[in-house]
Order: sequence, then structure tokens, then C-alpha cells
Amino acid sequence: MSQKVFAPWDDPNEKPLIRFENVTKKFGDFTAIDDLTLNIYEREFFALLGPSGCGKTTMMRMLAGFENPTSGKMELSGKNIAGIPPNKRAVNMMFQSYALFPHLSVWENIAFGLKRGNMDKRDIAARVEEMLKLTRLTKFAGRKPHQISGGQRQRVALARSLAKAPKLLLLDEPLGALDKKLRQDTQFELMDIQESTGTTFVIVTHDQEEAMTVASRVAVMDEGRIIQVATPDGIYEAPNSVYVADFIGDVNIIEGTVKPAGDGMYSLAWAENEPPFLASSDLPFSDGQKAHLAIRPEKIAITTEKPEEAKNAVQGSVLDIAYLGNLSTYHVQLAGGQIIKAQTANTRRLSRRSITWEDKVWISWNATAGVLLEQ
Amino acid sequence: MRRFFLIAVPYGWLLALFLVPFFIVFKISLSDLALSIPPYTPTMKDGFGQMIKAFDFENFVFLTTDDLYWKAYLSSLKIALISTALALLVGYPMAYGMARAPEEWRPTLMMLVILPFWTSFLIRVYAWVGILSNEGFLNQFLLWTGLISTPLTIMNTTTAVYIGIVYTYLPFMILPIYAALDRLDESLIEAAEDLGCSRIKAFWLVTIPLSRNGIIAGCFLVFIPALGEFVIPSLLGGSGTLMIGKVLFEEFFNNRDWPVASAVAVILLLILIVPIILFQRNQQRQAEAET
Repeated sequence: MSQKVFAPWDDPNEKPLIRFENVTKKFGDFTAIDDLTLNIYEREFFALLGPSGCGKTTMMRMLAGFENPTSGKMELSGKNIAGIPPNKRAVNMMFQSYALFPHLSVWENIAFGLKRGNMDKRDIAARVEEMLKLTRLTKFAGRKPHQISGGQRQRVALARSLAKAPKLLLLDEPLGALDKKLRQDTQFELMDIQESTGTTFVIVTHDQEEAMTVASRVAVMDEGRIIQVATPDGIYEAPNSVYVADFIGDVNIIEGTVKPAGDGMYSLAWAENEPPFLASSDLPFSDGQKAHLAIRPEKIAITTEKPEEAKNAVQGSVLDIAYLGNLSTYHVQLAGGQIIKAQTANTRRLSRRSITWEDKVWISWNATAGVLLEQ
Repeated sequence: MRRFFLIAVPYGWLLALFLVPFFIVFKISLSDLALSIPPYTPTMKDGFGQMIKAFDFENFVFLTTDDLYWKAYLSSLKIALISTALALLVGYPMAYGMARAPEEWRPTLMMLVILPFWTSFLIRVYAWVGILSNEGFLNQFLLWTGLISTPLTIMNTTTAVYIGIVYTYLPFMILPIYAALDRLDESLIEAAEDLGCSRIKAFWLVTIPLSRNGIIAGCFLVFIPALGEFVIPSLLGGSGTLMIGKVLFEEFFNNRDWPVASAVAVILLLILIVPIILFQRNQQRQAEAET
């Protein structure tokens, strides 16, 4: 039984729903979006991820029609949308503050967009009921926004922006105002709703965990540019730069110079008097080129004895232990002063832990565990 | 005990400065005119029981027999209502402009609205005499531009009264509306546009309803003082403008008929109580909605 993998971005015949072509947006002297080219496909759950001020909100506001690009082309289903006002676009937005109309009830909030078209009254009522059911708000239809909880308000905002069945739904930090537990539940709810309605979602977030959970593809942005666009596992396992590797999750970065060792293998000289590390890479590196080895802490094993099989092993002493319940992160200081983080699952009770502070330990990993990066 | 003192202060204030004067005026309104000092009878000198016995509602009955009074009440209501509407028409765009102005400009604009209060009210109304009279600045300017060939008669008409009232009470209209618009979340307008509203439609469906409390507060703050206004109609309106405040003044000082004047005042207060209660309820509901 094989399930077709959803990956329209790999299909050259697929027409993108949204196309950014060399889009630049300037506010005075400040360049918010810098020559950006990007395709987003139908039914995608696309995440724009980046620190605040990276231009992700500007991109979203351009899609909604609140800002126009300074130069470049922006297409929605093949039609140029630059200059079309927000009320004339088949795009709806869920605002970070939710922007619910405080003077209208939940029902009227959801019906607001529907009433603007020339829709029949009974059809509007039916659609609102459908949305209320989808977001489990039927009981609260008559309440005003200030009479319901934060999580319910979030769902009203979602129902209102989905009611007009837009081609594209924009979500600006949709879960930012919710507490952690509720946020996790809501992430799955969002994915379910996205799947059942088949709407294309573009979500803006600074929370990498959220982006990884919900999105089919993630674009990591910095200073108005897209650094990498890939599936969540692609971003995590094969970041294309130190910036991306560092932004998503925890990572050890080891700097050094590479030397080809044949068969896609490279050795990385990272410190004097230490044996070089061995790493595989799909990208070609020249002899003597500077490179960074990025390894996730969970890919590094920590042992008291020197492991026999591992390609890379180095000794150090435990500087710090961060206990996270299910995991423990060991900060291991090497002879040269570098600190490497190694993570292990706590499958045993804490009292039986064999490694403690100041212990001499060996950390080791395979040649394929890390990624060699140019910059 | 502390609670009692806390409440006692405002209640004592109201009792001394509102209720007691009101009962004095009410008592006078039940008396008869007399050529004495004070110019009414009976007084406490006749004994309390005697005084109570002599009270009657004659003056209130008199107000209904002479059509001057109810005409003055109606005319005042009309002038106050129209002035309130005009002040809203002028004040709302000003408040909107202030709320949409760049952040650093707002304190200056606010200052400009409040600034006229630093000059005496009387002087400002007199200044309008200089502007509106036949030889005033306005007519001279219009004659100079050639728009008119003979001076317009604005002084001593109701138009002058409207101008005076709108000018004087405009800040009371602007400030509450500005406060409401200033709090308005810009993203609500964007949400309305995103959901298919044009700019104008978004203004009607979101901005106006959300500044409703400010509009109501502003209207009452203009309407209530305008209804009893005396200085503006007597200085700018001339003899042709009938307003109850002026009638009241004339009864007191020209006719020295304190009992009838008091009766006029009591009725005016009763008329004002309705909008004042409505205003209070609006303020209360607003406070509740914000919590």
C-alpha cells in the first residue's frame, strides 16, 4: 500500500498558486524584502519562519494587499495581483491580534465577510453554521468576543477568515497569544482544518517548533531574503547554511578546513594535535577550504569508554548537564576548550545515570551524522 | 468606617452644592411674588407651618398659560439639537484627523483644541461679535474678495447663535470622539477590508460603531449646556432669538419675578434630567464593556 507523497514543488508540471518573482519592497531607505523569488503551491501549508524584522510579516501583508511591492512580480493563480486592493482578492487573513469586531457577536463576526458579497441570506446562515461546527463554536454563536476565552477567540478568527472559502489563507502568528499546551492542541487542529478544507495556508511564525509541526514546507528568512526553502525534515537534517542550522533546533558547529578523503568523504581539521573528523557531504569541497560541520546533539553518543566502531570520537569532560525530563543534554568540554552538546534519551531512572559532572567521557558520531556547510 | 467616610465626602458635596440649592429654588418656585426683600412670600419668618400652607403650584400653571414659555423651551430644544448635530458634523472629522495624525503631532493638535479654554468664555463670544457684525472681519473679507456686494446679516440671527454654540462646545464633542478613535485598533479596519469592505464601507461598519460611545458622550456634553445657554443667545442672537436661558435671566433680573423664574428653572432641570440619565447610563455601559 503506497500513499502518494504530497510534493507539488518537485513536479515541474505543477503550476504554483503564488509566484513571487524578484520581489523587492522598500520602506524609505529600509529594504524589507530583497529580490525574493518563491513559489507556493495549492493545498500547501507553507511556513515563513524567521526572527522579528526579517520581512516575513511584510511578505504576508503584500499577499493580503495591504502593501505593494516596490518592484518585481507577484502572481496569484497566474494573475498579477500587485495593486489590487485587499477587498478584491480571494485571499483572507487571520490577524495576530485576531482583530475580531468587538461590537459584533461571534455569529456576526463570521458572517461579516459573507455579507459583503451578494450571497443569499439563507446561504450565509448555512455557511456560518458550517464554520461554527468546523471550529466547535456553535454554543458560543451569540456571545461577544470579550465574553469568550483566548482559544475560542482564536477559533472565531479562523472561522471568519475561512468563511469566504479563500484560495489562500494567511495566518499571522496565529497561535502566539495561546499558552503552550493549548498551542500544541491548536496546531493539530489547524492541520486538520487545512486538510479538510483543502485551502492553501501561509503561516508566519517565529516559533520554529510550530513551523516544523504544521508546515509542508518551511522558508527560513533573514533580512528580507529567503535562506532556505525545504520540507521540515529537509531543513532540520540538511540545512544549507550555519544560519539555518542554528536557527532550527540545537546544533554544534565545528569550524575547520577540509581535505577530500574520496568517495564523498572529507576530513575536517578542526584543532591542532587532534585527529581530524570524518564527514560525508553531497556538496563538493576543495582541498583546504574553510567549512563548518553542523551536528545535532541527539546524533552524538556519549560513553565512558572509547567506542570502537565510531568514525569520530573525542574525549572531554562533562561541564554541565541539562535535565529536560525525557532527555538530558550534556555539555562536554574538549581539551581545546570547545563545548560540544550531546543529547541522550533518559530511558533509565535518573539515579542510575552513569555520567555526572567532571567525568571524563568520550563523545562519538558517524561520518553521516553531521552536515558540512560552506557558510 | 473608612468606607463610610469615603462615600460621605461625595455625598456631602452633592447635598451641599446640588440638592440644597435645588430645594431652595424649588421652594421659591412654590411662593408668590412680593414687593419685599427677598421678593417673594411666604418665607420662614411667617413660621414653618404657615409657609408650607401658603405653597402652591400657581407659577407652574402660569407657565402653561403664557405661550412665551413653552415656545422658548421648544426653541431652546431645537437650537440645542441642531447645534449638537452641527458640532458632530464638524467635530467628528476633526477627531478622526487627530486620531489618524502621526503620533508626534497628536499632543500638539490636542493642545490646539484645548487652548481656547485658556481665554475667558465671554471674551471669546465677544470676539465673534467683531467677526460676524455687519462691519465685522467676515463681511469685510467677503466684500474685499468680491463674493458679496452688500454685507451679510449674521449678527442677531439664530445663525450667529449656532456659530457661537458650535464654536464654544466643539472641544466637548472632539475630545470624547478622539478618545474612542484613538483606542481603535487599526487592524480591525484592515480585517474589514480583508473581508471585502471598501474603505468607506469599513468606516461605516467598523469605525462609526466603535466610536459610538464617544459620539454619544460628545453629543450629550454639547446638548446639555447648549439647552440652558444664556450668554451666547443674548450676545449674538439679539432680541429675535428665543431661548429659555434668556427668558430665565429676564424673569430674574428684569422682572424681578423670582417665583416664576424659579419655576422656569425647575422645569428646565426636569427636561435636562432625561438626557443626563441617558448620558450616565451610556458612560456606565462603556465602563462595563471595558472591564
